[in-house]
Amino acid sequence: MSAPYAPAVLALADDALIYAQRLGEWISRAPQIEEDMALGNIGLDLLGRARSLYTWLGTVDGTDRSEDDYAYWRDEREFRHVHLVEQPRGDFADEMIRLLLVASLDVERYAALAAATSPVDETLAGIAGKALNESRYHRDHARLWVVRLGDGTEESHARMTAALERVAPYVSELFTDTVADQEAVLAGVGVYPSSLRESVLGYVGAVLTEATLDPLPEPSWHARDGRIGVHSEACGYLLAEMQHLARSHPGATW
Amino acid sequence: MVRATRVLAAELRHTVESVTDPEIPTLTIGDMGIVRGLSVDEEGAEAVVTITPTYSGCPALEVMARDIVDAAAGVGYSARVVVSHNPPWTTDWLTERGREALQELHIAPPGPRPGDPAGHGGPVPVTIGRAPHTQSAVACPRCGSDDTELISRFGTTACKALHRCRACGDPFDEFKAV
Repeated sequence: MSAPYAPAVLALADDALIYAQRLGEWISRAPQIEEDMALGNIGLDLLGRARSLYTWLGTVDGTDRSEDDYAYWRDEREFRHVHLVEQPRGDFADEMIRLLLVASLDVERYAALAAATSPVDETLAGIAGKALNESRYHRDHARLWVVRLGDGTEESHARMTAALERVAPYVSELFTDTVADQEAVLAGVGVYPSSLRESVLGYVGAVLTEATLDPLPEPSWHARDGRIGVHSEACGYLLAEMQHLARSHPGATW
Repeated sequence: MVRATRVLAAELRHTVESVTDPEIPTLTIGDMGIVRGLSVDEEGAEAVVTITPTYSGCPALEVMARDIVDAAAGVGYSARVVVSHNPPWTTDWLTERGREALQELHIAPPGPRPGDPAGHGGPVPVTIGRAPHTQSAVACPRCGSDDTELISRFGTTACKALHRCRACGDPFDEFKAV
């Protein structure tokens, strides 16, 4: 058995896993201990959703792989996440813009996935429904920080403005349609990322306005091709750290 | 092989639902609303228990699955635990007794869900960080005062948010609403 929408779901799962890994790095490094816990908690939600999606994938893509097989035993070129989520942890301002973008996209795409899959695949619809609820909470958290920092001191406003410049080149990739998306749409259970662009950037733009920040700047270059496994330098280091234990001790369990 | 005396399926359900959350020992999984189904095979020795996760990343789920198998074995059943994702769990599934159990541990039961289309809540405007904190929508589980503030939307575990009571001064957890 193989679902034609499995490759599109793999992209969702990889976005969640890789961003969970980056968010976990904030623990002990955030501006306050409550924020260590907040980013750790959001990462945990994303990790949990990645695990559910990988388990689902193993049953439908004909490979019978486990969640660990997907996370630990694929190489860089087999990962389908966007460049934005693999970028190294930068300034806290950068992270709040990144979280606002990812959570806003997640709210829209998991809502669409839950609606599209509910008549045909109740497991996937359930995972998407839960992800939707959690992402709403994440998005709200990011919104509060962006408003507080943007409409804060001169220093925090300047750092948010600089963060927008750095994050902007990674935005257009979020809304690039792929062959996997097309297969899913043709199967009647997918959604084109390009169709979510307006609502996602509309939400993000409204938050930036509330935060007295300028809109997302037009970048001079665009990240691309993460969805076909072409990643930036940061990805290899991230995977090395994430996969090293499992690969050094194959089959080890807690 | 010595087998524990097998009980009726209805009692098995009671036994399974009495398993508690490893992180909140007064709260049973029955009251949490995560037991979705229970079936026993024709010979009445094998049970399949269907549960649903509360929060996607909750590490307690695996412990609860093990505890269910142990509890069922104690009353003579060999149980298998199946995880179901649909429909997704929300805090609305907590029973009244579950809310009381949280209260006993001085954890505030969940307030209104954010963006709940049913309308008993909607977005609650809050600020973040060290600025004057915003009035919470939950009552203090120790003294009952409504004069409470939200300190952090993320608390000690995936399922909790952190508040403080302005009346008695105590900080407390809220089982956060999703």
